[in-house]
Order: sequence, then C-alpha cells, then structure tokens
Amino acid sequence: MPDLIVHVDGLTKRFGSFTAVDHVTFDVEPGEVIGYLGPNGSGKTTTIRMLLGLLLPTEGAATVLGLDATRQAEDIRPQVGYMSQKFALYDELTAWENLMFYAGVYGVADRSRLTETLDLVGLSHIRDERAGDLPLGWRQRLALATAVVHQPTLLFLDEPTSGVDPLARRAFWDLIYGMAEKGVTIFVTTHYMDEAEYCGRVGIMRRGRLLAMQPTSELKRTAFHGKAWDVYARPILEALDGLATLPEVQRAGLSGDHLRAISRTDLQAETLEKGLKALGLQDVSARPTTPTLEDVFLALSD
Amino acid sequence: MQNLIDVQNLSRAFGKTRAVDDVSLSVSGGEIYGLVGPDGAGKTTTMRLLCGVLRADLGQVTIAGFDVGNQPEQERERIGYLPQRFSLYGDLTVMENLHFFAGVRGLGRKEWLPRAREILTFVGLDEFADRRAEALSGGMRQKLGLAAVLIHRPQVLLLDEPTGGVDPVTRQAFWQLLFRLLREGVAVLISTPYMDEASRCNRLGFLNRGRLMVEGSPQRIEARLKDRILEVEGGPRVILERVARDDPDVEAAHAFGGRLRLRLSRAGSAEIQSRLEKAMIGEGGLVGRIGPSPPTIEDVFIELLEESDA
Repeated sequence: MPDLIVHVDGLTKRFGSFTAVDHVTFDVEPGEVIGYLGPNGSGKTTTIRMLLGLLLPTEGAATVLGLDATRQAEDIRPQVGYMSQKFALYDELTAWENLMFYAGVYGVADRSRLTETLDLVGLSHIRDERAGDLPLGWRQRLALATAVVHQPTLLFLDEPTSGVDPLARRAFWDLIYGMAEKGVTIFVTTHYMDEAEYCGRVGIMRRGRLLAMQPTSELKRTAFHGKAWDVYARPILEALDGLATLPEVQRAGLSGDHLRAISRTDLQAETLEKGLKALGLQDVSARPTTPTLEDVFLALSD
Repeated sequence: MQNLIDVQNLSRAFGKTRAVDDVSLSVSGGEIYGLVGPDGAGKTTTMRLLCGVLRADLGQVTIAGFDVGNQPEQERERIGYLPQRFSLYGDLTVMENLHFFAGVRGLGRKEWLPRAREILTFVGLDEFADRRAEALSGGMRQKLGLAAVLIHRPQVLLLDEPTGGVDPVTRQAFWQLLFRLLREGVAVLISTPYMDEASRCNRLGFLNRGRLMVEGSPQRIEARLKDRILEVEGGPRVILERVARDDPDVEAAHAFGGRLRLRLSRAGSAEIQSRLEKAMIGEGGLVGRIGPSPPTIEDVFIELLEESDA
C-alpha cells in the first residue's frame, strides 16, 4: 500500500470564469476517516469528482492510491468506492439485482461476496424487493452496499446521510465505523456537525478553497479565535437582534431553544448580560461554553 | 389564542397501509409545531391532507376557521405549502418566478409587484431579482421557494423538510426567517430530520406508522429520559460497546461522534456507572471519562422508535 492514499497538490477546477476548486492541497494517510465540510456549492463534490478521475483538473495534480487521478483513472476506480448524493440505484431492479449490476461493473464474480455485502448492511431480508419501494434509510444502505461490493481500500461518501432520520443515521455510521476499523480509508462530506466530530481530521471548504484540514480538537483551537456563549433571554428574536448590536459580539444565532453567540475573548458574562438587560430583555443569562465544530464552521464561513 | 391549524382524528389509508392514523393536533398563531419521525411515518401525507392535495378518509381539518372539505378555496388561500421537492422555473428569473406564483395565487397587477419586492427583501434575495433561478445556489433557491409560498401572505405555513441537505449557515438563516414570521403571528407546521431544529419548535409531535405517539414541548419530551443517559469516552469501541450491551440495565448503546452514548432502563445511574466502568476496564478497555449526560431530542427519538419496534 502506498504511504499516502490521497495526495492532492494545488488542485484547481474552473468552469468558465467560476473557480469551483481553488488550489486545494492535502494528504490522506491509510486508515484515516476524513470529514469534508463546507456550504453548498463550496467545491466538495467537484473535488471528489476530480479524485475519481470523472473531471479533469484545470491545474494541479492528484494522486490516489499512488496512481495519477487524471491519467490512471481506469486503474484507480476498481480500488475505490463512491456513494453519490443521489444514490445511483435502479428503482425497477431488486436490491439483489442492483448489487449484481455493480458487482458486474467491478468484475466481482464471487456470489458469496454479494451475500456477504447484503448481510453487512443488514438488508438480506429484502433482497428481492424493488429498490424503488424501499424507504430512504434502506436505499441509503443499499447504495453503500453497491459502493463496497468490490471491497475498495478507499471509500468516498458524498452527503450519505442527507435527509435520513436519526436512527437510520446511527445505523449507517455504525457500518462506517466498522469499515474504518478494518482499515478502509474513508472520505466523507456531510452537513451534520455531529458526524464530523467522529472524523479523525476535518477539512473545511469555502468558495473553492480549503481553509483548514485538522483534527477537530485542533480546529477548535487554531481556526477559532473567539469565545462561545449560550445565551438565554426573552423574547428570543429581540434578543438575537440585540446580541448583534453589542460591539463585542461577532456572531449570534439560534441554537435549540436559546441563542449562541461568539464574542471577543475578553468579554465577561456580566457585561454581556448587562448589555442585553439594557435593551429591555427578560430572563437574561449568559454562560461561556466550549466551542463546537458548528461554531468553527460558522466562523470560517463568514 | 385561536388555533390556526386544527386537526381532529385525521386518517388516510393507501391500500392496507394506514399512512395517517387518527391524528389530532392544533397550532396557534405565532407557534411552530415540529413533526418528527422516521421515513414513511406519515409526515408528508399529513401535510398533504392539511392543504387539501389529498383527501382524508376520516377526520377534520380546519385552517384559520375554514374546513378543508367544505371550504377548500378559502382554506387554501390561507396556506403556504412548501413540499420537499418544490419546483421553480429554472429558466425564469427570481422576479419572474414570483410573478408566476403571484398569478397562481390570484394577486392582481397592482398588488403583486410591491408584495414581491417586499418578500424578496425579507428573504434577502432583493439583489438577485434578475438572476435566473437555475443560477442560484442551493441556499438561495430554498429562500426563493419560501418567498414563493409566502407571496399571498398566508396565515399558515406547512414546510416539509425545508432544510434537507442544506448546510448549517443556510439553515441558520432560514430559521431566523421563520422566527420573524412567527412574530407576525403565522402558524407553522414543519417536518425536519435535524433534531437541533426540532428543539427550536414550541411543540413537537412524534409520528410513527401514521400515529402521533408523543406530543409536547422539547423540554418535556427530553424529560422522558431524565437521568437515564450515560456517556463514555474511551476505546476500543468494540470492547466498550460489548460490555455496555451485556449489562442488564443498559437498554441501548450507540457510538456517535467518538463517544459511546448509553440509555439506561432506570434513572439514578451512580451504581450502574461504576459497575460499567469496572467491567470495561476489566475487559481491557480504556475509559477516559464516564458520566451522566443531559438527554437530547435525538435520544428520545431513538428510544421511541426502538420501543415501538420491540
């Protein structure tokens, strides 16, 4: 196995005057789980498509499993799995037939591997049901099965859990954890910050640029330069607008049933509470708290 | 306050499947009610019954005092419905799309333009009025969808997973818009797969297999699992999980976000906690931290589902 599973150097993609991916550089080592975050349209999917050799870079280079992503894409593809946002399933085919199809594409002749894969994702009981009739959570697991039937060493997952309910999401991540523990390298994009917390390293994209790629604990230290607060006050919307007017507050947003604020590091709770009370707000309390990955994400997205 | 949405004993079957089964709920002006539940629980069907796209087998829907069966025109005028897949015209500009939806809603020539400008300012798209819809980012398209269903000033908003697949920045902006609508007295019924969004609702209804199983404020729903969640940090995951699952007082163990979250069958966890810690270490595990954790909506969601499937 090569030392680096993925090596990306100055990777750039332009569509006309629009730069979708802008000089992105990073490495992925064997067995890593990499989370790749960013707002819609920030270049995450375009990056993956270049790594898969589906799109030609305008500039820069990518090496995947020691092979050149542009010139040797044919040799890369049998060794990688890709699950796209729009699960590429044939609705009129059964779960088993879908898997057969992808096994054929990847040259997997061994039928026991198909049974094993369906078992792995927990779908043996519906092997003869049409993919189009399955609920979303099961379609998602079937899509995963089609992406791993050929036992790839590197797996790309593009928003695999979008719109899936919490129980199905946990079951899905149990599968991903299991594969990572067997040594599969995983590269996953997601909008769920709690999922990103599991990843060994997290990259954050914005407008085509990779702003950082670090373990989450480091991201919270190096990419975040403020103080995070949980703020309670009523009425909530007036409090939200009020927070934004305080000079020390850099960002304010809704967080569950209360508000979340990011401020300069020197702001004290009493100052913050006094500021809000002066605006006529009720039941005011402010507590400093540890920043979450979402705080980091929002701060980097400004 | 008057209920703007009032649903009594609503039922609808498709063949043998009871998609919506005896559901009653009400939402008043200024209130946001969250419908959560697994795929296929009946959330979308409920919304479609509410706006009259689907007919109910049984039950009654009243929107702002108008009955969906007897006064469908008046009822529909008061509703803005944003389905999961909302169609905008990609080759039309933002303004042209709004013109179209204003026409559908019967806004006159003099009415529509000032209202369209107002609503575009509200959702923050005023600078993009002349951009074609297909050239908008995902977040902007979603805001245009909201603008389109708000064009006729509905008193009731039905939003079916409006933020699915949307990044946190855009979701935050969308929710701030919703809170502003609530302040104007609109009643909102929303479904969402994001549990952090669910906790922003005034009330939540948990739907499974067409039935409304639990209803209440997020705080009350979380209180179902008070003192019954333990969190463990450590490894290897396989060992910690096996020990947890073998313990008679552990109902469920899920690895998530690098931590193991345990649901206990009874509250008062000190004794269970020390027993688990000992067993985990005895089996060769490393326990960095173990302790009680406040329950979340997601914990309750999973508990309810596992309970009903058991």
